[in-house]
Amino acid sequence: MAGRKPVRWHIAVFLAPAVLVYTAMMIVPLFGTLNLSLYTSVDRISQFAGLDNFRTLFGDPRWADAFWNALGNNGWFFLIHMLVQNPIGIVLAALLSSPRLRMAAFYRTAIFIPTILSFVIVGFVWKLILSPIWGIAPGMLDFVGLKSLFAPWLGKEEYALTALALVSVWQFVGIPMMLIYAALLSIPDEVLEAAEMDGITGMSQFWKIKLPLILPSIGIISILTFVGNFNAFDLIYVSQGALAGPDFATDILGTFLYRTFFGFQLQLGDPHMGATIATAMFGIILVGVCFYLFAIQTRLRRYQF
Amino acid sequence: MATRTPLSRSIAAHAVLIAYTVIALFPVFVIVINSFKSRRAIFAEPLAIPTPDTFDLVGYTTVLKQGDFFQYFQNSMVVTCGSLFFVLLFGAMAAFALSEYRFRGNTLMGLYLALGIMIPIRLGTVAILQMMVASGLVNTLTALVLVYTAQGLPLAVFILSEFMKQVSDDLKNAGRIDGLSEYRIFFTLVLPLVRPAMATVAVFTMIPIWNDLWFPLILAPAEEVKTITLGSQVFIGQFVTNWNAVLAALSLAIVPVLVLYLIFSRQLIRGITAGAVK
Repeated sequence: MAGRKPVRWHIAVFLAPAVLVYTAMMIVPLFGTLNLSLYTSVDRISQFAGLDNFRTLFGDPRWADAFWNALGNNGWFFLIHMLVQNPIGIVLAALLSSPRLRMAAFYRTAIFIPTILSFVIVGFVWKLILSPIWGIAPGMLDFVGLKSLFAPWLGKEEYALTALALVSVWQFVGIPMMLIYAALLSIPDEVLEAAEMDGITGMSQFWKIKLPLILPSIGIISILTFVGNFNAFDLIYVSQGALAGPDFATDILGTFLYRTFFGFQLQLGDPHMGATIATAMFGIILVGVCFYLFAIQTRLRRYQF
Repeated sequence: MATRTPLSRSIAAHAVLIAYTVIALFPVFVIVINSFKSRRAIFAEPLAIPTPDTFDLVGYTTVLKQGDFFQYFQNSMVVTCGSLFFVLLFGAMAAFALSEYRFRGNTLMGLYLALGIMIPIRLGTVAILQMMVASGLVNTLTALVLVYTAQGLPLAVFILSEFMKQVSDDLKNAGRIDGLSEYRIFFTLVLPLVRPAMATVAVFTMIPIWNDLWFPLILAPAEEVKTITLGSQVFIGQFVTNWNAVLAALSLAIVPVLVLYLIFSRQLIRGITAGAVK
């Protein structure tokens, strides 16, 4: 009698809790949000609206200005992270991984500390330090004779976003540092020794041998930065409030979503437009992730040791 | 390896690292020293270390009198530990199923669970809130635990299944021959062996949960369920002009994470360098 294999119930038991919680709290709400963006409510009755909400968001001046402003700011926010945070992280990791460096563990631990602090702390600490009232920043600039350079950066439209992006860089530089550090440590000694035999040492060793080997890690860091930045909210909310002042100069998609969904001051919250913005963010992140997976990751050469 | 690092280059490396360490720690240092000073000293000499003349604990007494910090702290502990427990238990179970058994849909299930690493859970907030309102879970810690469990699971499953693949098959098969059930094999043989990986996952899961502002703000803003992150945000907002209190509140908020980090930092670094993210 060729009976069928018994059902292996334990597999289902092992998988069920994770899959249930994950599906119920993450996947279903995600699709619920996508769905909600296709409806609009007229006199509290929700009606199917097709893509009208998106037309409003991208085209209607009342919404589009704010949306494109937030998207542009978010792009700048991301650009600064890519140009400042990741290179600094790579440099620090390269220095840390040099052999026989003393106190490497201390530096690593200390430089990672800002990353574990909450946004509430980070936002207020920098607000206090940069505040013209308290005078730590102007005082220090005065000390090196550059007092004329001081401006209330967080209060000026032209500087506020850049200043906050740099604060965020300060906070998160530990992550690229750690990941690159791990990647550098995993390069086998034989490879480096072979390079030394060929007379490639120091800086040229870094550029010619190590950098190509850590490119996959740099790719991962870039996509993590992208997802994190286009999903950011807390730092701006904590330091500039939901209005992302001055005059929306620091408004990014996360704060725009929050304001739209919950309302602010006299404007009422609008779940449908909120869902529309969340869907747009989902689209942006999806495009970025797909671009990384198909255009970048497949072209990076991976080396097996 | 016979690398001779020239002295000058080693000095330059230390100079850069020290400079960056100062930048990283300076803000924390400023906050902590000033939280122990009197109001006048805070403004007169912001960078001076407190002396017996300027030493003052008025900030701390204000904070401890005004805010329900112990309540907030307790809420944060409940939420963080609760979510951590479920992430580790459910995550390890799912990772075991994915790495141990071959069944139809295995790869697909793995990809499905990994989706959440790239797509942030925040994008579903609108629907999550509606769901919590419908089920009456708004302003409960349960709502936060559920959301954070879902948020932590994808990365936990991903990292843990990498590690579980390395557990020797012979060991598990020996257990099977001795008549252990699959559940016993998981709980008594495999789990103890992946404990280091669990610690890494714990750190990665814990920090964002403890620091999150978005979900407490949206799902549980009521006084009795506020987390410490939201509590200090609100408190600081109310006491903006009382610098002693603000600085003391900031210092109090830094301490718990800092202690946890220093306890787990060796584990964290070992976990990263062990190749969990290679």
